[in-house]
Amino acid sequence: MSTAVAPPAVRSAEQARGATLTGTGSLVRFMLRQDRVRLTVWAVSVVFFYTYFTFALNLFFDDTAAMQGRAALMETPVGIVMGGPGYGLDDYSTGVAMSNEGITWMVLALAILSILHVVRHTRAEEESNRSELVRAAVVGRHAPAVAAVVTLVLAQAVIAVLSAGALVAVGDLAVADSFALTVGSGLSAMVFGAVALVVCQVVGHARTATGASLAVFAVAFVVRAVGDIRELGGSTLSWFSPIAWAQQMRAFVDLRWWPIALSVLAIAVLLVVAALLASRRDFGGSLVETRAGRADAGPALRGPLAMAWLQQRWALLWSCLGLGLMWFASGTMLPGIGDMIGDMVVDNPMLAQLFGADPSQLAVGFLSVLVLYGAVCCAAYAVVMAQRPKAEESSGRAEVVFSHPVSRHRWLGAQAAVAGVGTAVLLAVSVYALWGGAVIAGWGDQTFTDYSVVVWTYLPALAVFLGLVLALYGWAPRLTGIGWALVAYTFVVGMFGQVFDLPDWVYRVSPFDWVPEVFSGEPYAGDVAVLWAVAVGLGVLGFVGFRRRDLATG
Amino acid sequence: MTSTAPTGTRSADAPPIEIHDLHKHFGPTRALDGLDLTVAEGEVAGFLGPNGSGKSTTIRVLLGLLRATSGEARLFGADPWRDAVDLHRRLAYVPGDVTLWPHLTGGEAIDFLSRLRGKPDPRRKKDLLEAFELDPTKKARTYSKGNRQKVALVAAFATEVPLLILDEPTAGLDPLMEAVFTEHVRHAAAQGTSVLLSSHILSEVEKVCDTVTIIRAGRAVESGTLDELRHLTRSSVTAVVEGDPAAVARIDGVHDAVTAGDPEGTRLTFDVDNTAMGAVLTTLSGLGVRSFTAAPPSLEELFLRHYGDDVSDVGASGDGDAADGAGSRSGTGSGRGAGRHAAATTSEAGAR
Repeated sequence: MSTAVAPPAVRSAEQARGATLTGTGSLVRFMLRQDRVRLTVWAVSVVFFYTYFTFALNLFFDDTAAMQGRAALMETPVGIVMGGPGYGLDDYSTGVAMSNEGITWMVLALAILSILHVVRHTRAEEESNRSELVRAAVVGRHAPAVAAVVTLVLAQAVIAVLSAGALVAVGDLAVADSFALTVGSGLSAMVFGAVALVVCQVVGHARTATGASLAVFAVAFVVRAVGDIRELGGSTLSWFSPIAWAQQMRAFVDLRWWPIALSVLAIAVLLVVAALLASRRDFGGSLVETRAGRADAGPALRGPLAMAWLQQRWALLWSCLGLGLMWFASGTMLPGIGDMIGDMVVDNPMLAQLFGADPSQLAVGFLSVLVLYGAVCCAAYAVVMAQRPKAEESSGRAEVVFSHPVSRHRWLGAQAAVAGVGTAVLLAVSVYALWGGAVIAGWGDQTFTDYSVVVWTYLPALAVFLGLVLALYGWAPRLTGIGWALVAYTFVVGMFGQVFDLPDWVYRVSPFDWVPEVFSGEPYAGDVAVLWAVAVGLGVLGFVGFRRRDLATG
Repeated sequence: MTSTAPTGTRSADAPPIEIHDLHKHFGPTRALDGLDLTVAEGEVAGFLGPNGSGKSTTIRVLLGLLRATSGEARLFGADPWRDAVDLHRRLAYVPGDVTLWPHLTGGEAIDFLSRLRGKPDPRRKKDLLEAFELDPTKKARTYSKGNRQKVALVAAFATEVPLLILDEPTAGLDPLMEAVFTEHVRHAAAQGTSVLLSSHILSEVEKVCDTVTIIRAGRAVESGTLDELRHLTRSSVTAVVEGDPAAVARIDGVHDAVTAGDPEGTRLTFDVDNTAMGAVLTTLSGLGVRSFTAAPPSLEELFLRHYGDDVSDVGASGDGDAADGAGSRSGTGSGRGAGRHAAATTSEAGAR
């Protein structure tokens, strides 16, 4: 009997093994179709940044002295952390700078793309039960994961080729080195995508998977930085970080291709591990059980204010940490940068307009640009947080809250208060981090009080962003995106406004134009009062509108 | 009670819900078009209608989430828009599609909502969690639709309030949990709580409701106690008679009469207006009745009578569901054909 039954059983087992990839092709097409906008935006953005930095480096550093100033900066610990291992510093040029400083950030961006892409198409799909429908069709067990990897490889390949093209075309850089840089970065980033695929088999939730994968990147970032600080050009420790594998190809300095094999090998190993783990778990299951949460709310979760805080606190914490570190590091670079710009401005009238022509005011000019960047980041934070009520409303959570004894004003007030205080805290952290970095690096021209004035004067300008979004939310919730338009407008006018001679009102529309020149000692009471009045007026308008309108309901 | 009530019309005996000629327009769409609805104190009122008929809009006006275009809506005699906060201390609401805070556990969400109302009762919460078999330690984003619904139900039943507003609350619940839900509604009603239960599950409404309002295209088309409504409808009769059944078919109030051969005579099936039942029995008795069954009208038939026809006439997408339902049960013969009779009963109901 067993002889009669055995042959078909064996055959079907073989078929089953081969069939775990059935349907991959259609899934690849489906994912590309689903992601056609998202991937296009990513590709265009990454290529734009390659183009922009190549162009900017060419423009800013067309004289050797400035280039060497920058190279000197890159030898400092901060230069190594924020930049790269420090290859080719004796003959710093656009290509070398791209390779030395750019790779870390390009790998960061592409790693985020990889992680999000993989998690979205595997664990997130499973969690949302969409993939249940797909898997119930004629689709093999590994097909969705393989399709996610295939589409990722395609996307990264396109980005790498276009980016290399941009380097060659815009920067007039060597072709082989350009491709080494972009392909190396892409493969290094894909290592993190493969890590994400492994993590997706282990944990049960998409958000946890994304967080854990990003944490792996953070560790890789630190390992690379510490390894490179130990020894200029990289120590043994550096090699434990996938980021270093792209940097150690030494594009534009002393090109070597073999480190790219490390990335390929790591990706292959991780994919095999992921496949083994995937075969061992149930659909929707995970190897690590999700921890149970609290059965009862903590005593503090009382009322809309506590809820708004609960929802915004992590975003605030991470923004403060990330931006704080960034501005602190920027602050420590001030002394070096002062000299560097000094050289540059002499030769480049356009830069002089940007940073000011008076050499003694150069550092202040540069500081004001840093402050502008910092304030724009805070404005973006304010706009994001001021849009939180909209998300609460359209999701239907606000409806549940409003069926309780909670007034519209109390609820919106809670959301706005947490967003406003968060923005203020972020601004203070940014500005004082800049001060702290400058002081530690021995740059003491501006006092703590001077920086405090910056905080006080920018605060009402940021409040205008918050007020604008609230007003839009109260009267036309569909238009809250206009807040972003104002952020972009303010940035462009603040950054490049002086270069062009535009009518006065063009500048005055930007809330930051009303803020006095930083560290100038100008009187500011009047302008600041105007800003506060506008901000409060817009905010009140928003509250009035929100009390009057229907709640958006599903 | 000597302090002047803000509305002037608020009084101790004002019914929990009173709606008169309520209109709500969204642009050109008339979601509510002259709705009347009253829920008396201690009453469990069913609010029936297919998707898109205006049930949720009515409830959202009552909750002060939407502002009425015109007409009057009152909760305990007060204005639900202006006095929303005060009124919400006296009611609990369960939406049909519950969204929760994804990173909070079910237990945390229940506590948060109970605290908003101001009277958390941990023991009651524990009992309800057991009754509804809900694990409160799971993050809300991992809950199925049914479990999210349970969170809202536990939060609503956890505090004692004089009015419950339930908008298709059992969507996603399994039959066992529906039974638990029914039991809790009955329990609340026994304590004197008034309930407005919007639904399109007729058996659920039949089980717990004292009165029923049927809404169509933003307007109440039937309203009354279940018995009253049944009285307005027809029974299905099957009889086997020896004589010629043509006389029965001619009686005013008999519809869709069908005859078929039968070993014992002629099998006759028809629907009859309950008002004409006497005449039918008299005529039948003269024909030599071999067997006779009369099925009382169910709420479902009543419902289909209002929704089973005229899909084009209303054009609302939600009506399609009910029309399909009528089509599928065409075996009873009371589907589309019977619907034409609705206009007459409607006007009668309106007069009462």
